[in-house]
Amino acid sequence: MKATGLPGVAATFQKIKKHAQARWQELQKARAVIMVGSATCGRAAGALEVLRAFKNELKKHNLDCPVIEVGCMGHCYAEPIVIIAKPGYPSIVYQRVNPVIAQRLVREFILGDNPCLEFVLGALEENKLVPGLADFPRAQFEQKVILKNCGHIDPEDIDHYIASGGYSALVKALQLKPEQIINEVKKSGLRGRGGAGFATGEKWATCRHAPGKPRYVICNGDEGDPGAFMDRAILESDPHSVIEGMLIAGYAVGAGHGYIYVRAEYPLAVQRTRLALSQARKLNLLGKNILGGDFSFDIKLFQGSGAFVCGEETALIASLEGQAGTPSHRPPYPAVSGLEGKPTLINNVKTLAFIRHIVDKGAKWFTGIGTKNSPGTAVFALAGKVVNTGLTEVPMGTTLRQVIFDVGSGIPGGKPFKAVQIGGPSGGCLPESALDLPIDFDSLAKAGAMMGSGGMIVLDQDDCMVEIARYFLEFTQRESCGKCTFCRLGTKQMLEILSEFTRGKGKLKDLDTLTGLAEDIKAGSLCGLGRTAPNPVLTNLRYFRDEYEAHIREGRCPALMCQELIAYYIIPEKCELTCDACVGNCTVEAISSHPKKRYKIIDQEKCVKCGTCLTACPPQYNAIVKLSPPTEVPK
Amino acid sequence: MKTVSLTIDGKEIKAPGGESVLWAALDSSIYIPHLCARHDNSAPDASCRLCWVEIEGRLKPVTACTETVAEGMVVNTRGAAALRLARTALELLLASNVVDCANCARSGACELQKIAAHLKVKLKTRRFKKILRNLEVDSSSPLFIYDPNKCVLCGQCIRVCRQRLGIGALGFAHRGFNRRMTTFGDEPIGQSECQNCGDCVAACPTGALCFKAAAAKL
Ligand SMILES: Cc1cc2nc3c(=O)[nH]c(=O)nc-3n(C[C@H](O)[C@H](O)[C@H](O)COP(=O)(O)O)c2cc1C
Ligand code: SF4
Ligand code: SF4
Ligand code: FES
Repeated sequence: MKATGLPGVAATFQKIKKHAQARWQELQKARAVIMVGSATCGRAAGALEVLRAFKNELKKHNLDCPVIEVGCMGHCYAEPIVIIAKPGYPSIVYQRVNPVIAQRLVREFILGDNPCLEFVLGALEENKLVPGLADFPRAQFEQKVILKNCGHIDPEDIDHYIASGGYSALVKALQLKPEQIINEVKKSGLRGRGGAGFATGEKWATCRHAPGKPRYVICNGDEGDPGAFMDRAILESDPHSVIEGMLIAGYAVGAGHGYIYVRAEYPLAVQRTRLALSQARKLNLLGKNILGGDFSFDIKLFQGSGAFVCGEETALIASLEGQAGTPSHRPPYPAVSGLEGKPTLINNVKTLAFIRHIVDKGAKWFTGIGTKNSPGTAVFALAGKVVNTGLTEVPMGTTLRQVIFDVGSGIPGGKPFKAVQIGGPSGGCLPESALDLPIDFDSLAKAGAMMGSGGMIVLDQDDCMVEIARYFLEFTQRESCGKCTFCRLGTKQMLEILSEFTRGKGKLKDLDTLTGLAEDIKAGSLCGLGRTAPNPVLTNLRYFRDEYEAHIREGRCPALMCQELIAYYIIPEKCELTCDACVGNCTVEAISSHPKKRYKIIDQEKCVKCGTCLTACPPQYNAIVKLSPPTEVPK
Repeated sequence: MKTVSLTIDGKEIKAPGGESVLWAALDSSIYIPHLCARHDNSAPDASCRLCWVEIEGRLKPVTACTETVAEGMVVNTRGAAALRLARTALELLLASNVVDCANCARSGACELQKIAAHLKVKLKTRRFKKILRNLEVDSSSPLFIYDPNKCVLCGQCIRVCRQRLGIGALGFAHRGFNRRMTTFGDEPIGQSECQNCGDCVAACPTGALCFKAAAAKL
């Protein structure tokens, strides 16, 4: 794509960019720059206390160093994270910083010359002092495109974004014809990251050519899947990348207005996005006659009620219109008839965040990453039984094993892997045998799971697959809007059957009812929520049927997780006669000593299966075990 | 609009262009089960999921109320896949409804009875567990009784009420299994905006809304 014409816009932007760069360079001249990761994940770990400690300590020593709040670097397991950039040193990333460590860093590193290596996670650049993050094993597999800025710039300062190359793609786009941009997006093969992987360029073209005006662009930031927080992290860490994507989309489809739909439960994302919008408006990167050109586009932020189903596009639009957030039949698709019946382009946060890179570096660059049918990178939120919880971005086609074991460093305590749940309530659980599957939209669908929005929950031997399925069904039943019969009543029936299984009350023929019903709900529901709700159960049954049968036939939970199917038992030979840790800890006084032999015994009638005794029993004795079925307890 | 010709269950019929397959069939005396469809040009609700048909050239059954007729279209209302979905939907409704025909004023004129007979499904179906909603019956209106446990959430009452009263006294509230037809703030109908026109009762396909006079005769 070669940009032509409109030198005015480019010239106006040059001035803005020069100013931003000057400010950025000014920052580098400080004695040291301190960047505190203060996205929601960092804040939960205490980032704001750390921030305050830095500021107080600097003041105490009369030091005038900028302390900047940045977003999430993805290493959520190591939060709070602080980066200190001091001239003469590489930019050093510190992990699990607390106020005391913050004070020490000011005194010893900023004032003195001791970089306190004991708290270091790594360095941003190659150097001799500290291992670079780029040399971490996970770095071999990661490729940061839309997460690149996250944790490295101040999301509340538009100049940081501009100095790092931001809004240049918009300026380039404004000098192209809308069709050229749509073609480039088509050629890039970008597929929507909101879950279904619909071809973005096709959608843009449909919207542009749909009759009716005005047209709208909506950014879908509802993100309601349990465990997913990728979109939140992007809006908190790099909101301008999404705004720039929307601007380009608006120009390409011929829209004048946009909405960012964020759930109200994401207050920091709301706050930072609002601020970003107002800063962009001040620089005339948003609003009337952007940068003095012909294109006008403004964006409003809308806070959703945080219902999962409101992420479904027709429900989201209804909710934007002030109606109840229930889905409606498609077609018509929003691209043809959406908000107020007008052509409406609706894309996910991540999809929009890719746009600037595609405009900037071209479709060829993008197709060079990932797989043939799913180009680009995928962002995952790693959670569950995995050492490095947090965010990662890897090229499509990376295997599950690489993501879980190389990026995530495997399972804590070296326990055996059992399954990985991908795609949340619409996805499925994949077993060990699927670990070498290269991840992309199509391969996951073939295996019965779904890319979904990118939640990845790792499960080990202590997780019961029946319970996992029940958990997700409970979620979808709770989050179903209740409009259509299959989803409202069908998921309720499925949940009921699964609950019986976890109580050991199921019958084998219930398995047939369950699968038959699951197939019908998939085929018969009105919207994607119902149509994908049975996936966690169906994949789970496909790969872990033996666990279901153990529950049904033997009343046994192989993972020892289902409360009603287990019993706690004290092994007499292992019980240390002088110890009574468990006795004191049991809240219902179910444990007593054998009248003669003095080892402890649990009264199964009284036991409420809280598991406190098992934790209380000192590790050197390890005398308490869970048994399933409860009849395994010796009389 | 131009008239189009199509075939439903082997019968050649004509329908105005833009019409849905459902109404085209019904107007030609071909029955397709349905509860939520309305005969106006508003967007279909498509919520009851009973009106399944198979259309030549389409891989999966589709809902007839959302499908627009097309010239030469070939529709089958008795295909196995379509019937399977319709039956499951009906059985799900029945499993969570109070089925007490002997003591119901709507018996004989109830759409659920009609659909069950058409689909050859027993009203007391055993395939699914009976999971009742156990909601309180509302007899606060001087004119009619609302038993939410017999409601299939078709929305017909809400629609006529809105047509009559503008904003309407009735609406849906709550999510998932708890979704129900109710008034603003779940207050008794007798204390709502209701003007006692009785249109909703006439529109209700089940025994959820019944005139008190009719109930008294039982
Ligand atoms: C129940 C349900 C929830 C959804 N939630 C989201 C969401 O939180 N974010 C999102 O971008 N898309 C969500 N989607 C998908 C949207 O309907 C829509 O396809 C998407 O926003 C389109 O953007 P894309 O083409 O960029 O993927 C959801 C779909 C369903 C059925
Ligand atoms: S599938 Fe579920 S969420 Fe979607 S319309 Fe039906 S009831 Fe509502
Ligand atoms: S009360 Fe009757 S008309 Fe109203 S939603 Fe329920 S079943 Fe439909
Ligand atoms: S009549 Fe078609 S879904 Fe209800």
